[in-house]
Amino acid sequence: MSQRPPAKDWATDFDHLDPRWVNDPFPIWDEMRKQCPIAHTNRFMGVYFPSRYADVRAVAYDTEHFSSRRIIVRETPPPRIPAPPITSDPPEHRPARMVLLPPFTPDAMRKLEPRARALANELIDKFAQRGTADAAVEYAQEIPVRLIAHMLGLPESDGDLYRKWIKMVLEDGITDVSIAVQASTEMQHYFMRYVQERTEKPGDDLVSYLINVKPNGQPLTSENVIGSLRLLLIAGIDTTWSGIGSCIWHLAKHPEDRRRLAAEPKLMPTAIEEFLRAYAPVTMAREVVKETEINGCTFKPGEMVLLSFPAANRDPEMFPDADKVIIDRKENRHAAFGLGIHRCVGSNLARLEMTVAVEELLKRIPEFSLAGEVTWSEGTVRGPRRLPIKF
Amino acid sequence: MAATGKLKVRVDPDKCQGHNRCKALAPELFELDEYGNAREKGDGTVPAGLEEKAYLAKSNCPEFAVEIIET
Repeated sequence: MSQRPPAKDWATDFDHLDPRWVNDPFPIWDEMRKQCPIAHTNRFMGVYFPSRYADVRAVAYDTEHFSSRRIIVRETPPPRIPAPPITSDPPEHRPARMVLLPPFTPDAMRKLEPRARALANELIDKFAQRGTADAAVEYAQEIPVRLIAHMLGLPESDGDLYRKWIKMVLEDGITDVSIAVQASTEMQHYFMRYVQERTEKPGDDLVSYLINVKPNGQPLTSENVIGSLRLLLIAGIDTTWSGIGSCIWHLAKHPEDRRRLAAEPKLMPTAIEEFLRAYAPVTMAREVVKETEINGCTFKPGEMVLLSFPAANRDPEMFPDADKVIIDRKENRHAAFGLGIHRCVGSNLARLEMTVAVEELLKRIPEFSLAGEVTWSEGTVRGPRRLPIKF
Repeated sequence: MAATGKLKVRVDPDKCQGHNRCKALAPELFELDEYGNAREKGDGTVPAGLEEKAYLAKSNCPEFAVEIIET
């Protein structure tokens, strides 16, 4: 995507795929908050960008004017790829969401913890003696892939396939929609096989759960089952991969925080929340479906809104010293998992994975630092994709 | 933040979206239903010594769903 014309002006011509934005969006958002808190671009057929917490919140709460039927900003309007409940609006949203909530409660996640810890250590075993590792590729990305596969009852070894689809949907598919559609079709065929298998022989996994759950006395349609599986796979992997990667990136650059966490393990939950605030990976989007006004800006139907929870989390009006990472920050109403009815269903899974990944790494490798160039993903999910460390 | 009177916590069920921050920070004061949405334990009375946890839960709820009533 290097041939994209660079953004001329962040307030009126922003481009979230611009390399400057991809590499370090924070100063851009700071400037936007001061100069033009709701920016607009004609790129991608028209997109608004609220950079203040209050405005992001207002959009997230307003399901009447802002629809979730499109949640990714792309160059051209995509054929709808439903993945309920994330792509649903009220009133369809609630029943689809209620189905997915019980398997992701904190109690349900606690059962996964032993597998998560074992997995983290298996991965560390592979590079512990080497003195160097790519913490994004060899560690951060493998944990969510394998854990979500474990939950769904799919082969943990199919990770490369899942990552290929995710990249097709969330990165390459932004500028070439046919790639996203192709991924979606491939995923459908892949899931069909397991849906059929588990229909005949149910197991203790999420595929079987979705086939057998009867929210209103009626089973889900097969379209709904496949859509939800697609959502869980896509939403459950590179999001947390990015979250874990950003934690490690921060700790590699901040020995004082790393040592404090090693010495005060009770601080971990607070620190994880702060990493979630400061390095929130996920930016969602909404389609404007009815004209409305927020903070003096008119939103026109048909255009999109980038719903940047990462930018909201850096708003100094909401978070004192918003640009500082304070691992014992006491008050932290961060929006990393979204706000309102679309709160991330997998938030407890993400927290478990991030906590386990950081704890186990610090136990095994308490001292490490960056050892080369870090690259960042672009688009919907932000996190390190190359993260060389030495120890 | 120190309170003199008795405190009660309450989760507004219309605002709660199941972030679970209150339960994580003050498990003595909050519990979750089968969907992971929070509610106050019992009648919400905050036992002596847990006042700080109550305020912590309130000030970490992303949906502003936790209320503290000073009686």
